[in-house]
Amino acid sequence: MGKRIAVEDSHAAALAAKMANVDVIAAYPITPQTHIVEELSRMVSDGEFDAEYINVESEHSAISACIGASAVGARCFTATAGQGLALMHEILFIAAGNRFPIVMAVANRCLSPNINIWGDQSDVMSSRDCGWIQIFAENAQEIFDLLLSAFKISEDDRVLLPVAVNFDGFYATHVVERMDLPEEEEVRRFLPPHRTAKYKLDPDRPLTFGAIGFPTIQFELRRQWEEALCNSKQVIKEVWQEFGRVFGRHYDVLEPYRMEDAEIAFILMGGSCGTCRVAVDRLRERGFKAGMIKLRLFRPFPKEEILEATSKLKTLITVDKHICLGGLGGPLFNDLRALFYGFQRQINVAGFIAGVGGRDVRVKDFEQMFEKVVKGEVSPEKHIFIVRGES
Amino acid sequence: MEAPLKEGWRKLPHALLIFEPATSLYYYTGDWRTFKPVRDRSKCIACLLCWVYCPEGCIYIASDGGIDVDLNYCKGCGICAKECPLGAITMVEEEK
Repeated sequence: MGKRIAVEDSHAAALAAKMANVDVIAAYPITPQTHIVEELSRMVSDGEFDAEYINVESEHSAISACIGASAVGARCFTATAGQGLALMHEILFIAAGNRFPIVMAVANRCLSPNINIWGDQSDVMSSRDCGWIQIFAENAQEIFDLLLSAFKISEDDRVLLPVAVNFDGFYATHVVERMDLPEEEEVRRFLPPHRTAKYKLDPDRPLTFGAIGFPTIQFELRRQWEEALCNSKQVIKEVWQEFGRVFGRHYDVLEPYRMEDAEIAFILMGGSCGTCRVAVDRLRERGFKAGMIKLRLFRPFPKEEILEATSKLKTLITVDKHICLGGLGGPLFNDLRALFYGFQRQINVAGFIAGVGGRDVRVKDFEQMFEKVVKGEVSPEKHIFIVRGES
Repeated sequence: MEAPLKEGWRKLPHALLIFEPATSLYYYTGDWRTFKPVRDRSKCIACLLCWVYCPEGCIYIASDGGIDVDLNYCKGCGICAKECPLGAITMVEEEK
């Protein structure tokens, strides 16, 4: 058995990288991710574990260094947020398209302008189509557990894709929470101490990653990548089942809350799920059949599981912390409407935007979203309803 | 001419990795060429400046000690003609 500790969420992320025994860490500090890499830097320099900590000059270099390290078979970790993730953008595609296992923690932060360091999901959503596995964690325990399992997912020969574990900047980085920290030997039963790389750069066995892709072949490469990303869902589920067997904490691609007889339910990702649960409880006390779906896996999009979880619903309330500017509202709203339309599902999707630029999303805000839906104030023609602001 | 499409994605090697070294030799960049370099043997003194400047490394030393061009890879950029101090290389439009 491990021990129960009080830990700052950022340090939970650092502990996960340490216990995964990463070989290489390449990162550039940026608020609100700073404490993660600061702590890792301290651990490495204090000799708590043996890793190469590369002080790079930018996030573009951080992810590039991870690619180089991954290409020679190292287990590598990086962390970023907001503008840092944006600076990585072009390299994010290369990491995924050339199928390099890399694990990245993203302390979600609002993208500029204006200068805003607080948590929303505009950074990750702007990297949505980079072909990474995208996972969302709610609290310290999930950050640790999902990061640890991310290494196993990413390195699986059936996957070989980078994984980003997202969590709300500040709300899930700068708070201290309770967490169960496993013993080293428990971790080793789950994750081997080193990666076994099926494909790696080796002078004795020459290999080329990322050669030129002419129009006669590039299309097929992209299609293969899409297939690998979609198929990774099965491996993710398997890895989380194994995680449950070893550590006794069970994760799935989504987590329903009071959904048994729910008629109207929220769907969202990240730290606000905790607040939403309280709101659902209050709405239930008031006699409403309310529920919530916490989406843990965002890419690949778990469409079958969502269809099953929403099969009895009348209305689904999407709570996005990002606006797809000039498009049709928030990213979850877009995905879900498209999903239901394709399956001829008669269900209303009400698209709320909340928490942009770190504005608090309170229990009563969730209740008000729900009340608006109940009162019929959410017309299906409109795709943006702003929470705590003018729509 | 449009290049033939390869087999579908299911048979594609993982992430299009290439397991054999020096496969760029199989790709004839000479296909791109419109003008080819032609050497005037009476002017050439085999100073090899063209050999130095060729960005593709497709100029080589011929049996008569002068230079020759590997037209499989020469893209027809004309740098050799520009750099030749004796004007011994002319770019001639090709008909294909």
